Amino acid sequence: MDRNWNNKAWFLVLPMLVLVAFSAIIPLMTVVNYSVQDTFGNNQFFWAGLEWFEEVLHSNRFWQALGRNLIFSGIILAIEVPLGILIALNMPKKGVGVAVCLVLMSLPLLIPWNVVGTIWQVFGRVDIGLLGYALASLGIDYNYVQDPFDAWVTVVLMDVWHWTSLVVLLCYAGLVSIPDAYYQAAKIDGASRWSVFRFIQLPKMQRVLLIAVLLRFMDSFMIYTEPFVVTGGGPGNSTTFLSIDLVKIAIGQFDLGPAAAMSLIYFLIVLLMSWVFYTVMTNLGQGDQR
Amino acid sequence: MARIDLDHIRHSYLSSPKTDADFALKEVHHQWDDGGAYALLGPSGCGKTTLLNVISGLVHPSRGRILFDGKDVTALTPEQRNIAQVFQFPVIYDTMTVFDNLAFPLRNRRFAEDEVKRKVTETLEMIDLSDLADKKARGLTADQKQKISLGRGLVRSDVNAILFDEPLTVIDPHMKWVLRSQLKQLHKRFGHTMVYVTHDQTEALTFADKVMVMYEGEIVQIGTPSELFERPSHTFVGYFIGSPGMNVFPVALDSDTARLGSQTIDLPGSVTTEKGAKTELGVRPEYVQLGRAGLPITIHAVEDIGRHKIVRARLEGLDLAAIVPEHGEIPADPHITFDPKGINIYANSWRQDLRGRPWTETGTTRPGF
Amino acid sequence: MLELDGITRVVGAHIHISDVSLKLERGTLNVLLGPTLSGKTSLMRLMAGLDKPTHGRLTFDGVDVTGVPPQKRDIAMVFQQFINYPTMTVYENIASPMRVAGADRKTIDDAVQNAAELMKLTPYLQRTPLNLSGGQQQRCALARAIVKNAGLVLLDEPLANLDYKLREELRAELPRIFAEAGTIFVYATTEPSEALLLGGNTATLSEGRITQFGKTIDVFRQPRDLITAQTFSDPPLNTIAMRKMGTSFQIEGGFDFTVPPHFGSIADGAYVIGFQPHHLSLTRASAPSAAIKATVTAMEITGSESFVHLRYADARWVMLTPGVHDFDVDAQIEVFLDPQLLLVFDSQGRSVTNAHPSAAQEALHGTN
Repeated sequence: MDRNWNNKAWFLVLPMLVLVAFSAIIPLMTVVNYSVQDTFGNNQFFWAGLEWFEEVLHSNRFWQALGRNLIFSGIILAIEVPLGILIALNMPKKGVGVAVCLVLMSLPLLIPWNVVGTIWQVFGRVDIGLLGYALASLGIDYNYVQDPFDAWVTVVLMDVWHWTSLVVLLCYAGLVSIPDAYYQAAKIDGASRWSVFRFIQLPKMQRVLLIAVLLRFMDSFMIYTEPFVVTGGGPGNSTTFLSIDLVKIAIGQFDLGPAAAMSLIYFLIVLLMSWVFYTVMTNLGQGDQR
Repeated sequence: MARIDLDHIRHSYLSSPKTDADFALKEVHHQWDDGGAYALLGPSGCGKTTLLNVISGLVHPSRGRILFDGKDVTALTPEQRNIAQVFQFPVIYDTMTVFDNLAFPLRNRRFAEDEVKRKVTETLEMIDLSDLADKKARGLTADQKQKISLGRGLVRSDVNAILFDEPLTVIDPHMKWVLRSQLKQLHKRFGHTMVYVTHDQTEALTFADKVMVMYEGEIVQIGTPSELFERPSHTFVGYFIGSPGMNVFPVALDSDTARLGSQTIDLPGSVTTEKGAKTELGVRPEYVQLGRAGLPITIHAVEDIGRHKIVRARLEGLDLAAIVPEHGEIPADPHITFDPKGINIYANSWRQDLRGRPWTETGTTRPGF
Repeated sequence: MLELDGITRVVGAHIHISDVSLKLERGTLNVLLGPTLSGKTSLMRLMAGLDKPTHGRLTFDGVDVTGVPPQKRDIAMVFQQFINYPTMTVYENIASPMRVAGADRKTIDDAVQNAAELMKLTPYLQRTPLNLSGGQQQRCALARAIVKNAGLVLLDEPLANLDYKLREELRAELPRIFAEAGTIFVYATTEPSEALLLGGNTATLSEGRITQFGKTIDVFRQPRDLITAQTFSDPPLNTIAMRKMGTSFQIEGGFDFTVPPHFGSIADGAYVIGFQPHHLSLTRASAPSAAIKATVTAMEITGSESFVHLRYADARWVMLTPGVHDFDVDAQIEVFLDPQLLLVFDSQGRSVTNAHPSAAQEALHGTN
């Protein structure tokens, strides 16, 4: 990589560096600082060592929330990735349909998280919401405020509605880059629809799928706004994810130390999982290179 | 292997074509013999790839029928037609081994695994890739990948035809020689009907028994390489085949002489043309002889290209190219004569027969329009 | 003048360019000839400043430009892919380098009209590139490179994606355009015939090394070594092992030549002879020609000429002969080879023909 380094380039990067420092590095260091200290108010801090980390790791509350997160991300990936691929495969490749589909697909992505939450909160209400009312009048007992299962269904549905488009768009970009000759050759070779998918489309989509899976995992693992708006973590603790719990501890109870320790653990988990996904999926690709 | 009949094929990419210009393929009506090697030669946009795709079934013609061994296959899919096709850019299944790539078309057709193994091994032998059978296809060179594409066609010994769409585009010059002669040997040994589309005259002429030259959606001449070279039936063929192409001069004809500016050229036979027709004399650079007698020319460039020299000159104010052998000399006061064997006369761009020509003309096929 | 002095580029464990020294004069056309991956593109990227050499120096008109980034060098580049600004008209595309340089409207217009005329693009000036044929798009890219009036113009296989006939026409025009521009042109190609048609100088490349640099026709006629001769021949050079014993060249498998006078001084021992496909003939052209019995493996007819693929002992040869001949595959035929036309290489692959180049030339011309 001995290209010509243009030193002036650093000046162009500098504003971003400052921004990243203020938005990421400095807050992270502050959190590290909080996580190893205790305070009884008055801005007086005492060294607490790894006490908070031990407390967090020994609390059921943390493990339950983590479990919910993992289950949630698992469900999200299991639904959104195949569904996204399926939709992308069925999107038109040319003509006016392309533009229409692309606009339709981008619409959910343009809506802010809290708005999505609010929309679904209203949508699902039994008294005034279209979905809730329709289900109720069909005789289905649906109430996301009281029934944990219904709450989960609502949150999952909401995320699928909001984010499947991202997977679709990424996969679509991968698909349109496949030259026509590949499909023609496959036709001539007598390949079935499944073989075309398995041996042509999937290998060519591999790179974008990696990005899609990573983005969707990280994002779903850090979900906060939507359940906060719709269910507020309830009923009970059934939709209390790590992020919601964290806010409860930090802002609700003002336990800065445990909250800081928890957020660091949370951060490490996201980092670790992303790394695992990344290596597993790139290794799959490497295996093909041999 | 099959005989292929193209029965009044026309094709347009527009949904309701009206004029002739709307057709990418104007009218092709021809029969290709079983086991023949054919080339479709022409510039880009001449309709050659469209015609190839009509044969393979990737494009359904707007009009006309296509028959394999007398059986109408117009409505059949590429798979049902049982043909093989090699594309411009090598198409390989990246994630599979070389062996699995070749086995793919057989497995799709539910061949027994021991038969797959036998056929693939045999084909790998044929295309010289046995050593690479267990390698992933992804890391191979362009010519190896192109051989795999070819192998996927050859592995089905019962294919009706093997179609090639500019298969050597991405291959290095030296490798082209190797692949071309291997292809030639395969054709001789196994006798598949082969159709080869290209814009490269050397590839077309060296590969095929019969070359069809296409121009603006029509076949302008079908012939053996030497027919196309010696007796181009259209000035386009004269221009398109040969490097440099044929010299074409506007002339006034008077029975057995042609007048070019202030010069008179004796023709090897006599010719009469319609009144008012545009008349031209065509002579290939290979048949222009440089010497001290004949028509005077002025030379403005000599290109020494190793095995011969190309002389660029002007004759009566018109551009002329002549070919001089490797060690041939160029006289100080240059004149040219035309070898009578190489003189062709054209009226409205189509070639006219010369009566009383001392040798016979055979085999020039001019398609009926 | 562009001077490359001991340029080497190593990437990881791979040597892309190995110790290249070249001097390219203003107003010359220089062809880089070699197969894919021989280092043509790598060398061009180094000349352009897109990559930095691991060792060595690059000077332009005596000024060291080794570390200077491409945008500060006086260069223009044309690639194999047709690269134009898709939303601009052809006129604006051609004008773009001058607009960047801040030329006035009149100067720009003159230059653009001139370049368009040269490239036969005048009727298309108001169209956008994507509405043009491949040949027109590439001519637009070439026009832009010429208008820039750069000291160094790099062309990386610019005709590779064009139709055969169009390629032929542009090849014939390019040397004239190059001659008028008066800058240094560097032109990469994989095709020996293209190098010959373009003329100028040729540097043959093999595995990142320049094997020979000189006038194109001289490199073709008098290659310094076997690799150069093989790189610079299409169809591939025919070769076979030979042993010199006193006054004869003995070829494995039976036939021999009387040593031509210009090889008289070389020592007895093992050599390799090489000869071009068109030097084999079906008739005895000169008295000292040797008759060789070879087996036909394939026939190719181009209309005016025939390529006869031959097998002789373990060697595979191609004969290019005028006229239409159709021999049966596996037929035994007799072909003739004039020893005057041989290239002779020693065990290290070095040409010994060049020991007496003048004698060789005389001998060649004596055959007519």
